[in-house]
Amino acid sequence: MNVIDCNDVSIRYITGDFKSIGLKEYVMRKITHNFYVKEFWADRHITFSLQKGDMLGIIGSNGAGKSTLLKAVTGIMIPTGGSIKTHGKIAALLELASGFDAHMTVRENTYLRGAMLGYTKQFLDDKYDEIIAFAELEEFQDYMFKQLSSGMKSRLAFSIACLVDPDILILDEVLSVGDGAFRKKSGDKMMEILSGGTTGVLVSHSIGQVRELCNKILWLDHGNQIAFSDDVQLYCDAYEEFLATKELPETKEDIVKLAEGFAKRTQKLLHDKQVKESKRLEKVLEKGTSESAVLAAIKILQKSKPEALAPEYAGKS
Amino acid sequence: MAFKMIKRLTTNLRQNSFLFGQLVNRDFQQRYKRTALGMAWSVLSPLMHLAVMMLVFSRLFGRNVNHYVIYLFSGNIIMSYFRESTKNGMTSLMSNSGVISKINVPKYLFLLSQNVSALINFGLTILIYFFFCLVDKIEFTPAMFMLWYPIVWFVVMNIGIGMVLSALYVFFRDIQYLYDIFLQLLTYLSAIFYTIDRFPAEMQRLFLLNPVYVNIRYWRLVVIDGIVPSLPYHLLLAGYALLFLGLGAFFYKKYNHRFVYYF
Repeated sequence: MNVIDCNDVSIRYITGDFKSIGLKEYVMRKITHNFYVKEFWADRHITFSLQKGDMLGIIGSNGAGKSTLLKAVTGIMIPTGGSIKTHGKIAALLELASGFDAHMTVRENTYLRGAMLGYTKQFLDDKYDEIIAFAELEEFQDYMFKQLSSGMKSRLAFSIACLVDPDILILDEVLSVGDGAFRKKSGDKMMEILSGGTTGVLVSHSIGQVRELCNKILWLDHGNQIAFSDDVQLYCDAYEEFLATKELPETKEDIVKLAEGFAKRTQKLLHDKQVKESKRLEKVLEKGTSESAVLAAIKILQKSKPEALAPEYAGKS
Repeated sequence: MAFKMIKRLTTNLRQNSFLFGQLVNRDFQQRYKRTALGMAWSVLSPLMHLAVMMLVFSRLFGRNVNHYVIYLFSGNIIMSYFRESTKNGMTSLMSNSGVISKINVPKYLFLLSQNVSALINFGLTILIYFFFCLVDKIEFTPAMFMLWYPIVWFVVMNIGIGMVLSALYVFFRDIQYLYDIFLQLLTYLSAIFYTIDRFPAEMQRLFLLNPVYVNIRYWRLVVIDGIVPSLPYHLLLAGYALLFLGLGAFFYKKYNHRFVYYF
């Protein structure tokens, strides 16, 4: 059974000066037939499905429609076309630091946010200390929320939201919250939740993260679905090459070509690096006293280019 | 269908009762805790309003009116409750947009909690109102027990109007200013400080088109004259309330999912 079934989903924003002109102007323009709206498709015909335990990485440059798609999956937005079906409880860790009340204390905000996330009073009473401890805000419980630093706010938001045992976990760039130590802690917490068979969706600009964590990949570009696949490494290669060349793949062959390009480029990079290194070493050798320089050169050659040495030196240390 | 809606609403409310309590608590705090005067302000403000109006209008309009203070006060508290609950209702969605666009919560809870805190405020002013009735030697009759009727329907109507306005406010930000102007006009049209006997009979009937006036008149009839209005008058009150609630529910149902796009 599919835990998330996203079928031909399209999401449209109406832009244009709807909001800014106001009702008066709207009515006037309607009367004079001078009113236009622009459409903007944030996502177009996105189709994918995930099974239990899958971890999907969504990649794409800014404005590709990643966050909008996540909002549709969590049910905050209803897609303009297509359908999304989800099974089970969803926990969404979007950018959550907004929406707190600046004039209430940390304690009150914790309860309010918890209530919004659907926790019961009982549950919050039990977990409150744990939340505060995880956010490392023990000394700030009775501070006004506005007195916290922005890092603290994000930490609190994260701690409240992650204290669940969801069937579906949605992560939008949240693994980069807080300082280094907290980042590690939050990453560990995520892994702990995910290891229990939770289905995950991760939006990240860190390709390394996607390579490491995901077993499926969805590539979006300007709202269009470039690919959905379980060959994560291939598509990550292709995506990294795309980032360098800005050539959008159209067919599977393009993808393979891109990935090959990436492989070549990384090899070339590696090669360049080696050349640079050997040049550096040459310089060091030139400066050295003759005997030690010769010994060092032989050592280097033994390691990297044994065929260049006379056979009596090749194997010797 | 209405019954089904109400049933769904109550089960929804029960499921979300903890959240609802938290929201009411927050709105209450936002209103009272941060000011030095606290709840005293909601008592002082209508009293000052009343004092000024008495000073200005009792000479002009008050001579032929029985218990003019109570006449004024009735209009005043109802109008200011109407103003407060609909205006707060209007901004309830926008001011919580940060939450609504990130977390999947029932949106009407924000509106309802705003209405609860306006209602609490209204309750306070009613207490002062009855204190003034005592001072003004108004006779307390059993008819006054009927006052629950206009209050209930008034609350329902205000929720409905709040729904319509909050939905509109998401799409058109200038509603805020337009509605202020509208409220000003409505205040003049609600016969708060004058009586409508001087108008011809047809004109007087036009006043019944104004639901706020209909409510004010109910109060005055019951409190000052000790008369319970006729059955059709009761139906009129309920009709207005259901009309606006229906309109609000329609707007919400239709545009509910579009709000997020406009924050």
